[in-house]
Amino acid sequence: MSLSVLAQPRVPRAAFGKIVRNEARLTWRQPSGLIVGVGISLALLIIFGEIPVFQKSSASLGGLSAFDVYIPILIAFVIGVMALTYLPGPLVSYREQGILRRLSTTPVPPSWVLAAQMVVQASLMAISVALLIVVSVVFFGASAPKNPAGMVLAIALTIAAMFAIGLSVAAAARTAGAARGLMAAAFYPLMFFSGLYYPTQLMPTALKDIAHFTPLGAAVEAIQDTMLQGFVPVAPLLVLAAYAAVFGYLAMRFFRWE
Amino acid sequence: MNTPIRTKAPHGATAPAQLNETPSKQAVEIEHLRKTYGTLVAVDDVSFSVAEGEIFGILGPNGAGKTTTVECAIGLRAPDSGTIRLMGLDPQADRDKVHEIVGVQLQESSFPAKLRVGEILDMYQSFYREPADVTELIDVLGLESKRKDYYRSLSGGQRQRLSVVLALIGQPKIAVLDEMTTGLDPQARRDTWDLIERVRDRGVTIVLVTHFMEEAERLCDRVALIDSGHVVALGTPAGLAARASGGKQVRFLPSDPFDDGLLTALPEVTAIHHDGHHVVVTGTGELANAVIIALDTVGVTALDVQLDSSTLEDAFVRLTGKHLHEEGEQP
Repeated sequence: MSLSVLAQPRVPRAAFGKIVRNEARLTWRQPSGLIVGVGISLALLIIFGEIPVFQKSSASLGGLSAFDVYIPILIAFVIGVMALTYLPGPLVSYREQGILRRLSTTPVPPSWVLAAQMVVQASLMAISVALLIVVSVVFFGASAPKNPAGMVLAIALTIAAMFAIGLSVAAAARTAGAARGLMAAAFYPLMFFSGLYYPTQLMPTALKDIAHFTPLGAAVEAIQDTMLQGFVPVAPLLVLAAYAAVFGYLAMRFFRWE
Repeated sequence: MNTPIRTKAPHGATAPAQLNETPSKQAVEIEHLRKTYGTLVAVDDVSFSVAEGEIFGILGPNGAGKTTTVECAIGLRAPDSGTIRLMGLDPQADRDKVHEIVGVQLQESSFPAKLRVGEILDMYQSFYREPADVTELIDVLGLESKRKDYYRSLSGGQRQRLSVVLALIGQPKIAVLDEMTTGLDPQARRDTWDLIERVRDRGVTIVLVTHFMEEAERLCDRVALIDSGHVVALGTPAGLAARASGGKQVRFLPSDPFDDGLLTALPEVTAIHHDGHHVVVTGTGELANAVIIALDTVGVTALDVQLDSSTLEDAFVRLTGKHLHEEGEQP
């Protein structure tokens, strides 16, 4: 599913744009993932912002407030929800319904649909993340990201790692139902280790150690460090890159178009 | 695989029509195609070729291997052995080029439920460098008023017609249509036939898989009957029908007596016998014409002429021992 397929000379370039547009329309017309991902994260952000105790800085959180700590967690949540619902869901049902099969009889390789999906989802993720940051800074007095470039890198790697995992789900699942089951099974543990339910800083050491090596745990760590502390942590970024590489390879190796 | 050696057609397969044909460029050439799924032999040994501009039918009972043959031909599946050439191109090795010149309508293909017909058309049109005039296509197939409708709101027949439009949208040189009129009402079926004939008149080669005898007889220049992974007969619909029934029969009452030798000397006639005052002549080809013209040379008029010609359906039953099923089944 490398993007080099886009370089194939025989298909009009406009075709990719048309596919992206149709995928965007489909996302817009089936907005459940958007509502869950963006809606819930924004709602949580606003609720947390309104709770006075969340704004108090706490020594156990390294001098940060609970609100500060939750912004990166909500960013990871948005990316996790969208990568695990929007990416595998449509791909598996496209495969199930013969849509990819039909496409593979045209000059356009079916991988373009996958690439188009990623373009659409990554754009939506970027918009959602920007929205979360802007709302937290403008309305709830959070400080602006200390290391924006590092934060963008951390978020980009998070998206890459979660895409790779989402695509592996799509590769492993034969039916849309199976994909949903796998996604749910992956989603809750991943969110737990991101600290959504209980900040990782407060977890027992054993769990904390595991969290470092989970994709969303590493993502939250990397985003927190770049955003709140202003330095670029190497270990969590490497963890994210490793997930992107390993699951990306698995997805490429085992993805079936039929 | 890919043995380029040309050998005679496999057992059971004969190609009388091809022998008489002036050699023209072959749009589709399939030789000794074989495809198995595990222990199941879907296609055992299938060979046929389709001339440019021809409408070629693939007929056979369910599970005969028609769809697998077509799927191999368009490059969706790799054959176990045998060669396939579409306009000289190998659908596996020259995938990209093949996909540009071949338009496909698959039996089980679908489109995203929440895309509008116009959006699907627009997208598929953009896949080809020289797309067809979509307005004309959807007009002929009665989809003009559906442009704004979601795919999921289309009826089965409308989906089928959309799928035919999409097969033709790239102005293909070869159109492969698998059960294109299944699920259509009789009027829509006839409209689709008209469209296919018009498309062929522009020089497009058409390969269609069909269950409908009427469709094959009306549209196809030649048909291949496939059974159990083999081509059991190949020829024009009329030729196959005649061959399978042992020929045509003309029964008539001569106005005057005549010598039987006059008719048995005709190449079309294979037998003659008398049934009371009536004469029954068995033969092939333009039998009735030949008989009437020959009689006319000796001043005899054939009265009360009855023609008995069998249909492709008869041929089919005779050759395979099976009936073709009308619709609603998967091969």
